[in-house]
Amino acid sequence: MSTLTVDKAGPTRNVKYGSMSRDRAWALRWSYFFLTLFAIFSLVPPLYMLITSLKGSAEISAATNPWWVFHPTLENYVGLLTSNQFQRFFFNSAMVSIVVVIITMLISIPAAFALSRMKFWGSATLATGVFLTYLIPDSLLFIPLFKMFALIGDVTGIQLINRWYVLLFIYPTLTVPFCTWIMIGYFASIPKELDEAAIIDGASWLQTLTRIFIPVALPGLIAATIFAFTVSWAQFLYPLVFTTSADQLVLPVGIVTTLIKGDVFNWGQIMTGALLGAAPPLIIYAFLMDYYIAGLTAGATKG
Amino acid sequence: MAEVNLRKVVKRYDDVEAVRGIDLDIADHEFVVLVGPSGCGKSTTLRMIAGLEDISDGDISIGGDVVNDVPPKDRDIAMVFQNYALYPHMTVAENMSFGLRLKHYPKAEIKSRVAEAARMLDIADLVDRKPKQLSGGQRQRVAMGRAIVRNPKVFLFDEPLSNLDAKLRVQMRIEIKKVHQKVRTTTVYVTHDQVEAMTLADRVVVMNKGRIEQIGTPNELYHNPATRFVAGFIGSPAMNFVPCRLEEAEGRLHLRLTDRISFPLPPARAARYQSVSRNEPLQLGIRPEHITETKPHAEPGIEPFEALLEVTEPMGMETLVYFTLNETPVCGRVSPNAGARDGSPLRMAMDLNNMHLLNETTGLVI
Amino acid sequence: MVDAAIGEDSVVRPRRAAGRKGLRHALKRKSTVAFLLTLPLILLITLLVVYPAIYSVHLATLNKSMQRFVGFGNFEFLSKRDTFWLVVKQSCIFAITAVVFKALIGFIVAHFVHNIPAKGQRKWRGMLLVPWVIPPAMSTLAWLWLFDPSYSAFNYTLAFFGIGPIPWTGDAGWARFSVILVNIWYGAPFFMIMYLASLKSVPDQLYEAAAIDGANWWQRIWYVTLPMMRNIIAITTLFSLIVTFANFDIVRILTAGGPLDKTHIFATWAFRVGIEGSDIPLGASVSLFMVPILAVAAIFILRDVNKRGNES
Repeated sequence: MSTLTVDKAGPTRNVKYGSMSRDRAWALRWSYFFLTLFAIFSLVPPLYMLITSLKGSAEISAATNPWWVFHPTLENYVGLLTSNQFQRFFFNSAMVSIVVVIITMLISIPAAFALSRMKFWGSATLATGVFLTYLIPDSLLFIPLFKMFALIGDVTGIQLINRWYVLLFIYPTLTVPFCTWIMIGYFASIPKELDEAAIIDGASWLQTLTRIFIPVALPGLIAATIFAFTVSWAQFLYPLVFTTSADQLVLPVGIVTTLIKGDVFNWGQIMTGALLGAAPPLIIYAFLMDYYIAGLTAGATKG
Repeated sequence: MAEVNLRKVVKRYDDVEAVRGIDLDIADHEFVVLVGPSGCGKSTTLRMIAGLEDISDGDISIGGDVVNDVPPKDRDIAMVFQNYALYPHMTVAENMSFGLRLKHYPKAEIKSRVAEAARMLDIADLVDRKPKQLSGGQRQRVAMGRAIVRNPKVFLFDEPLSNLDAKLRVQMRIEIKKVHQKVRTTTVYVTHDQVEAMTLADRVVVMNKGRIEQIGTPNELYHNPATRFVAGFIGSPAMNFVPCRLEEAEGRLHLRLTDRISFPLPPARAARYQSVSRNEPLQLGIRPEHITETKPHAEPGIEPFEALLEVTEPMGMETLVYFTLNETPVCGRVSPNAGARDGSPLRMAMDLNNMHLLNETTGLVI
Repeated sequence: MVDAAIGEDSVVRPRRAAGRKGLRHALKRKSTVAFLLTLPLILLITLLVVYPAIYSVHLATLNKSMQRFVGFGNFEFLSKRDTFWLVVKQSCIFAITAVVFKALIGFIVAHFVHNIPAKGQRKWRGMLLVPWVIPPAMSTLAWLWLFDPSYSAFNYTLAFFGIGPIPWTGDAGWARFSVILVNIWYGAPFFMIMYLASLKSVPDQLYEAAAIDGANWWQRIWYVTLPMMRNIIAITTLFSLIVTFANFDIVRILTAGGPLDKTHIFATWAFRVGIEGSDIPLGASVSLFMVPILAVAAIFILRDVNKRGNES
């Protein structure tokens, strides 16, 4: 798993090729120029969220310069953070994401351990199957899944549709395959002698997993956890399909369906909500960028 | 402390036999080295003793008990791996004590055992470091320390020095020998390096193609190899093999190397080879140190001949010379002042008292 | 020692026979453990991925009230509807255009980042990846507000240059453009990060050798960089093709398929028909049309991933 060390790769081509150094100085200037353009392109939407979120509704409807805040106010933040409904969305989202992370790890880690270390009948096929599952998009499965859970409700009387916890069953289909896949890669990169040493030291399979594999593959585990959390947090289609009552909604769906009501777009609040909804992934990204990127790039590699 | 016995041990992978019926008895306290080229089955044998590979056929016993179906942790063995296999997330002390902690030893005892082993290996001031912060030699010591604290019946070493540079390897070799002299634990040591095997072992087991070629003390193997494989494998530079015949001339047994070169055999050798049929294709096996420059005084059994040197390699205390004899490349060792020069002829002498005669078809030493 | 061993032999024999069996049990135990460890994964995949996928095919053969088997009836119905073919066309345009631009922009930006001194790269990379980090549903809301018919910040700015106002989401052509633009904005950073990782793995000696051989910057890219990155480019592109083709969030929030279904793609139209229109069989049929393209892309990805696995 060399992907984690990608950013630390120090030596870039700062070598001077004699007469080419003047060309390189120009190339560097052009690089900075275009990077600035792309950075502006990248950051305009989030910055615009921030700008709008600080405006009162009067200033928004007055159509003053949209790129500037003349009368900054926190009323949108106060309004949303004290609203029971918004708190409910946030709670639902946090609950779903955290529990899904736990479920994902409980399923992925043992499976990845077995698939990377114990060769058994069909293990290679299963590993490939896991990868293929990861390629199946949500938009292919939402209709049959919806009907399935509706049927379960009809047959057993256990009503799962329009309950936030139904998402605990659905989200793992998005997170588990990828997390298993990258954990297989991380586990496979642990030298075989390490578990043999543990076996000779008297460790059982479970002890080898918990006391050797998990600590050694911790960077991979963190990357997988971040992935599972951000995917769960950002998921939009499934909660839109499965939940409708306001008290069952997760944050993204809640903001889109309840704040955009009728003709009166309360853009100050919508942007505030969007920013607050984007905050948890952004905060994780800011603090654990290396792990985030390691998880991102690990998907296309096999160990 | 215990002896280790292998009885007709076989390891099969699908249709390939990696180990083909090995019998080996290792006495208590003994230091035995399994040596051979890669793929000879030495590591597989070691791993079967460790319990990391199951045994296809035969029995392995440790301390008199058959352990075929005993899991590694209950065999009371410790193993040192080629790449050290230190747990990267644990400190040196934690690495060494992991096995004891799994067995729930009292804390005080773990502490004293680790301290004792660390002192013995001279790593007492490294115990709080992580493996990443250690040099290759230090990691090797920790790996040994992890084996020592367990106080097992048997130590198993799987090519432990091959990741170290040449200088450190010599140093660690001595270290391993010292440790063995102190703890006296039965040791099975696998290496592909014959020098390591010779210097460390009480007895050396030479393996080839899944079989044992010869078992013996280092000196036995060097001076009385049983097969061409052992003769060629032990010793550096390797023994020379030159096609030859025996013939009767002037009433004495002669060794004919080429049309021009034929040596009378010394009486002891002649008596030994009397029964070998004349004109049968044979091979002369002779070590480079027994092909030297001529001495001022003729000695019995040392026969002179003329050689055209192709390449010379001055080594300081000696010079290695390469020439062709009966269309076979041959290496000799001469004194640095013998006047050996690339491309020039030199008068050489072959010490037939130390010769070996091999049957060309069976490869056995006669 | 030899004597002792032979003496033991008679004792050993029966125990050995028993031992063989024990060993087989142990082996069985190991594969049982492995099976148990993967069981939750297998259950999850079968019950919540494989089964729904098959169920989806079954659903597609029923009538709207799901009481009658209609065979290919839904597919026949779809093939006669203009909206359906519009969706097919739009999905393809949307996916291909977006992926091509994401790949190009990602490649260019990765090169620029790779060009600047190493200590500044982290900061730039950090900023450029932000679009990928924000949940697309949230960032699309910002775009929706930027594209607002009456308060568009873009139109406000463009007005200074005498351009506009542009009907970003109101006119069919512009709406398609907007949807693709947002998708490029969201997806290009992923390409950038993948290419950057791959660029770093190209040994500097290769560039030095090429420079000594007299290659200019363009030749260095063409003969050194691209061949070295070929595999990662292929995987990333196919990967993105799947994700883009199956995209839902962006179109749903930005245009909801409008105006007049001119921006609907498979996922949004399946949602409109299946969930909002309560015609689950028809919705299932619409999503199933994605399968052939997804399958082809998946097969190629699998081939490349296995190849990469074998190389390393």
